[in-house]
Amino acid sequence: MGLKPFLEPWVWRMAWRDSRTSRGRLLYSITSITLGIAALVAISSFGDNIKVSIHNQSKALLGADLVIKSRRPFGKETLELIRSLGGEQSRQVNFSSMVYFPKSGSSRLASVRALDGDFPYYGAIKTVPASAARNFQKRGTDALVEDNLMLQFDAQVGDSIAIGALTFRIAGRLKKMPGETLAAGLIKPRVYIPMAYLGRTKLIRKGSIARYRVYFKFDPERETEQLLQTIQPHLRKNRLRADTVQERKERLGRIFENLSHFLNLAGFIALLLGGVGVASGIHVYTKQKIGTVALLRCVGAKAGQTFAVYLIQAAAMGLAGVCLGTLIGMGVQLFLPSILSDFLPVKITVFISWRAILLGASIGLVISLLFVLLPLISVRKISPLLTLRSALEESDSQKDPLRWFLYFLIAAAIGLFALAQTRVWYQGLWYAAGLCVAFGFLTGMGKLLMNLARNYLSNSWSYVWRQGLANLYRPNNQTVIVMLAIGLGTFFIITIQLSRNMLLEHVSLASGENNPNMVLLDIQADQREDLRDLLKAFDLPVLEETPIVTMRLASIKGRSVQEIREAPKPDIPHWALRREYHSTYRSHLTNTETIIAGTWQGKLNQRSDTIAVSLEKDIAHDLDVTLGDDLTFDINGVLFKTRVGSIREVNWHRMQPNFFVVFPTGVLEKAPKFYVLVTKVPTNEITAKLQRTVVQKFPNVSTIDLTLILNTVDAVLGRVAFAINFITLLIVLTGLMVLAGAVMSSRYQHLGESALLRTLGASRAQITKILLIEYLFLGSFAAVTGVLLAVAACWALSYFLFEAVYLPATPIILVGPLVVIGITILIGMLNSRGICDRPPLEVLRSDV
Amino acid sequence: MKDPIILKTDKLTKTYKSGNVRITVLDNVSFAMEKGSTCAILGPSGSGKTTLLALCAGLDRPSSGFVSLNGIQFNHLNEDDLADVRNKYTGFVFQTFQLIPTLTALENVMVPAEICGTPNAKGRAMELMEQVSLGDRMHHYPLQLSGGEQQRVAIARAFINRPQILFADEPTGNLDRETGDMIINLLFELNTVAGTTLILVTHDMELTQHVTRIIQLKGGVIISDSPNNDEAAKPISK
Repeated sequence: MGLKPFLEPWVWRMAWRDSRTSRGRLLYSITSITLGIAALVAISSFGDNIKVSIHNQSKALLGADLVIKSRRPFGKETLELIRSLGGEQSRQVNFSSMVYFPKSGSSRLASVRALDGDFPYYGAIKTVPASAARNFQKRGTDALVEDNLMLQFDAQVGDSIAIGALTFRIAGRLKKMPGETLAAGLIKPRVYIPMAYLGRTKLIRKGSIARYRVYFKFDPERETEQLLQTIQPHLRKNRLRADTVQERKERLGRIFENLSHFLNLAGFIALLLGGVGVASGIHVYTKQKIGTVALLRCVGAKAGQTFAVYLIQAAAMGLAGVCLGTLIGMGVQLFLPSILSDFLPVKITVFISWRAILLGASIGLVISLLFVLLPLISVRKISPLLTLRSALEESDSQKDPLRWFLYFLIAAAIGLFALAQTRVWYQGLWYAAGLCVAFGFLTGMGKLLMNLARNYLSNSWSYVWRQGLANLYRPNNQTVIVMLAIGLGTFFIITIQLSRNMLLEHVSLASGENNPNMVLLDIQADQREDLRDLLKAFDLPVLEETPIVTMRLASIKGRSVQEIREAPKPDIPHWALRREYHSTYRSHLTNTETIIAGTWQGKLNQRSDTIAVSLEKDIAHDLDVTLGDDLTFDINGVLFKTRVGSIREVNWHRMQPNFFVVFPTGVLEKAPKFYVLVTKVPTNEITAKLQRTVVQKFPNVSTIDLTLILNTVDAVLGRVAFAINFITLLIVLTGLMVLAGAVMSSRYQHLGESALLRTLGASRAQITKILLIEYLFLGSFAAVTGVLLAVAACWALSYFLFEAVYLPATPIILVGPLVVIGITILIGMLNSRGICDRPPLEVLRSDV
Repeated sequence: MKDPIILKTDKLTKTYKSGNVRITVLDNVSFAMEKGSTCAILGPSGSGKTTLLALCAGLDRPSSGFVSLNGIQFNHLNEDDLADVRNKYTGFVFQTFQLIPTLTALENVMVPAEICGTPNAKGRAMELMEQVSLGDRMHHYPLQLSGGEQQRVAIARAFINRPQILFADEPTGNLDRETGDMIINLLFELNTVAGTTLILVTHDMELTQHVTRIIQLKGGVIISDSPNNDEAAKPISK
């Protein structure tokens, strides 16, 4: 066929003239793709904006040139090294503790940060009032408290907050720390106190879990990366970590690239759905043009010329759709930073990224052209004989090799896009396969609905029912496209709702009827008895009391951890080697544990010189050890050689302490340790009262209760859902546009039919009922299919990601489809309004 | 000496498969038409008239046998070559007019000329519109024209490329008697002026009065092929 037809002026003239009466309709078909293009343009531009903003504000991300971190107080050697590094220095100690608001009598677990020095050296702490950030270290017992926390407990600047044994004055609301997101504060709200008063809180004792940091600011000419290289051996030897601006920049860059890719993948679904809408619109359009094409062929136009006429029309409208989508995308880009602001560590500088716009528009154009071509290629096969025989059977378009080539190109485009957006190739393929399954399932259900209507329609049913159901399978029906449009939208909305509900349900059910719902942490040995007495006074049971010993891995199967870490290709993940293991010792298994290999050994075997420990199955897998392998642990400098005696499966979803490593009794009794106590509190009132008493009498003891976890999960999910809802909104809007387009396309057919029916004596009520029945079935089938897909997706998430039993939320599953059916009928009836208003003669005489 | 034959069919056969049954619509049909002659193909419904017309015009391909138009054998041509032949040598008038609803009357007439890139297609189309007495309706759309007017536009379109042969399929089938007479008058008038060969498919015996030859089909075979003795060879009087 070639490009020759496109060079003929007549083809362009014909395309222009022939489109005269249908430009609006054609443009409407194409507009369903605009939101998908808008999403790609907006997200790509936003990605570029983030990249540049991170680059420009990179120093503020860390707030310093270098930070050295440790999980225990710095040793002598390290302190010497820190001193020798020079520059300006600032120290910080972070730990979790209960904070207590005397005014409201409420308490909550918070992340307390004791700070000295002028950190941050780059960027600024944002507080209300602004002066609080500068002055809180200078005025004695002043504290900066996370804004969210103050809002939660209705605290005001000037109020008191008790942290451990000391009461501070709230000097300001903490709004933003350089390099940290607002979302981080939702999980554990931050409270900053001057380092000088840390000791007087009496919260840091030997064995307490705390993080130690030193921030450095160097002269501009000093090469931080080079410096880091020189101190690296010392850091490794002392299990210290360091962070530089460059590293932080790269890490954040990767995180936000991932976010941008994730949003792009979601936005691409809107584009594909829009593509399906375009294909459907063009399909109806070409069907209406069969007579014209046959005539043109009859009077001498070649197949290529007629094809070119309609490709030019569709491509021009596609281009218009792309331009419109790009403009919308540029507008949406302005709002993205505010939608995602809770998750952004930098202030986003919004600018027009021509690269992103070009990329988004190009992808949009390619996808729209592919979907336009799919129905359009049938124009090549329209026979001129149709001018003489209108009843001529159409050739089987599915046999056209070009159609299969287009299917291949669409699949390849989806695959390539997915691969470009995912770091790991199989993730891209999973995405593409998942999309194909969703599209395939909805298409299959659409065909099933048509078959059911065709084969099980009974003559005994009333006329309006038969007519309404017959509309589902008659020529030019829109059943499959409506199924796709409504089904995909339903699928996404219900999946998000069900996932959120599922997570919350899991947390709630973790408590259960007789399961514990409160954990008290960091209990010192001398506080055990007093705490037991306190619980007794509250009439609360001690369900479990567990000692916890902090240790690190020293060697695995005879190879030192350092040796494994320095190996060219370490086969054990770094976190597993580097982490602090909080282990316990006991003689029995708890009800959350099951031995899956080896034999449980509750007491040290005095006749053997090895200690048989029990490992959780995933950590055993990560450490690449099995029964009989040796592990050496370092507890405060003392090495304990152990052997894997058993492997356990642990149900982590219960609210009670669980452990990677459990020692037998008779080994760790004399090691430095703290205790965890687990109880069951019957009401929220008693929980609040108990927390108040604990924080006052045992300021170092932290309490975690189920309500706190639920609130935190809900708050985080709420923010995440808000960000994801933006993409869902695009998909749903696209779905509605496709639905409206499909209904609009069938409107022309309905118009002719209803005119004929009215001529033959049908009443307005009968015609309305016919339409109502058609949309009722379309909406019901699509909604139920969408819900089925959502339940399957949630089950997969639950099984593969959360490794938990899926608990479907019945109200969402029941109410969701009803809403969707209502919307479908509403759109269907709105678009069909006026069908009964036009005189039948007018409709029958016009060429609709 | 130039070949006086414009159209020739030889043992033209067309069969269709309907389910497992093969139906023969045309069976070994052979005839030839001289340039400038007029011929009516008559026959009851299902006799194969329209199929024969479609094969002669290159709109369909025979199962066996061949068609040659102006010395060009269709068997050797692909679809695009056939389109070329139709554009250069043939004109069509249909029972259902077949005007493109999105084009004005004038644009409809221009289409065949524009396809082959005829210079001043618009001028020639306007001339023809005047000839069919629609000079004042050039910019109207088909929907705004009556059936008779639409058929006049179709006739003007059929003549724009000065075809050597004109195929008319029941040209008066959708018109009342009075309008039908007017259309036939116009068709034969233009045909005489242009010296075009005319092949007319019809049920209407009255139309056959004006043709020089009548071919009668029944069950896909020619049952008679004879000169029209009643031929007045005259247009219907105005």
